[in-house]
Amino acid sequence: MSSVSQNFMKLFRGSSGPETVAAQGSQKLTRRSSGLGELSRTWESGENLCILDLGSTSPTNIRHFTENGHRIYSEDLLTASTDPELVTKDEFGTTALDSRKFLADNLIYPAAHFDVVLCWNLPDYLDESLVKPVVGRLWSVLKPGGMLLAFFHTRDAGPDSPCHRYHIVGADTLEMQKIVLRREAPRTASGNNSASDSFQLQRVFNNRHIENLFRDFASIKFFLARDNIREVLVVR
Amino acid sequence: MSTPVTGLAQIGKSVVIKGELSGSEDLYLDGHVEGSIALKGNSLTVGPNGEVKASVDAKGVVVQGKLEGNIQASDRVDLRKSAVVTGDISAQRISIEEGAFLKGKVDIHRADGK
Repeated sequence: MSSVSQNFMKLFRGSSGPETVAAQGSQKLTRRSSGLGELSRTWESGENLCILDLGSTSPTNIRHFTENGHRIYSEDLLTASTDPELVTKDEFGTTALDSRKFLADNLIYPAAHFDVVLCWNLPDYLDESLVKPVVGRLWSVLKPGGMLLAFFHTRDAGPDSPCHRYHIVGADTLEMQKIVLRREAPRTASGNNSASDSFQLQRVFNNRHIENLFRDFASIKFFLARDNIREVLVVR
Repeated sequence: MSTPVTGLAQIGKSVVIKGELSGSEDLYLDGHVEGSIALKGNSLTVGPNGEVKASVDAKGVVVQGKLEGNIQASDRVDLRKSAVVTGDISAQRISIEEGAFLKGKVDIHRADGK
């Protein structure tokens, strides 16, 4: 690793990385998450917080938050984006997903409702036409001062990076599990379908793209991990 | 595949009900119900073929099929691996198997009101 890269990485906190957990047949990985560690202080010090988990339904996460006296909402937006009724044509005749219909059916919450939103790797795998509208909606449903955690792959991760679901197993520890689509889903505009058995990485954000995506938020913090994941913590 | 326990009220998979369902005994529901279900003090089981579009108020709720509606349980809610639930859940305890799908809120309330 060059000295320039080493100095660059010194600008970021984070010693996260995956360790293989010996689990027969489930292929789960654990990884330390600096972003989660910082976010954990919020719900450990708060009471009756309102949490939105946008990953696959996770019994582990639900148990984690309810046992600590918080309310958790679970909404699997990636699976929701495979609804065939969303497929439409944009003004150029290109196949795309109808973001207005998507937001009419999903993320329907009162304004300023959530203290924490867990996006996980959603922006990396969500269809292009939905990313900005979804982030805009998340801004509105977050309370002022509310926090959002998202994971972005770096270019080094490669285009075939598997899509994982994340389970919180410690204050700064996640268990990663590869997502396998459980229902038949016709091919969407982004190419996500059941034939591939998982979601496909749609794009690689650079720092500027991420800053632009969350430009309406008050602050943004980056954590760079060894496993080619860039963790981002934003505050509304 | 789970089979219904004898001695409790059952709605078979070919049965379709629209309206308010209430009772004072446990219910095993494997058909289609639309409306509301009130079984205060008793348990509701939605079987693997069950499709429910109703608000549910019961002591305990076990879901193996599809349920669209809010669940209010004075005791426990169990979502089995084949469960597909869209709605908010309020209970004293909850158990969710790996593979279950939930879109909604989970709010645990304890017996002491906390």
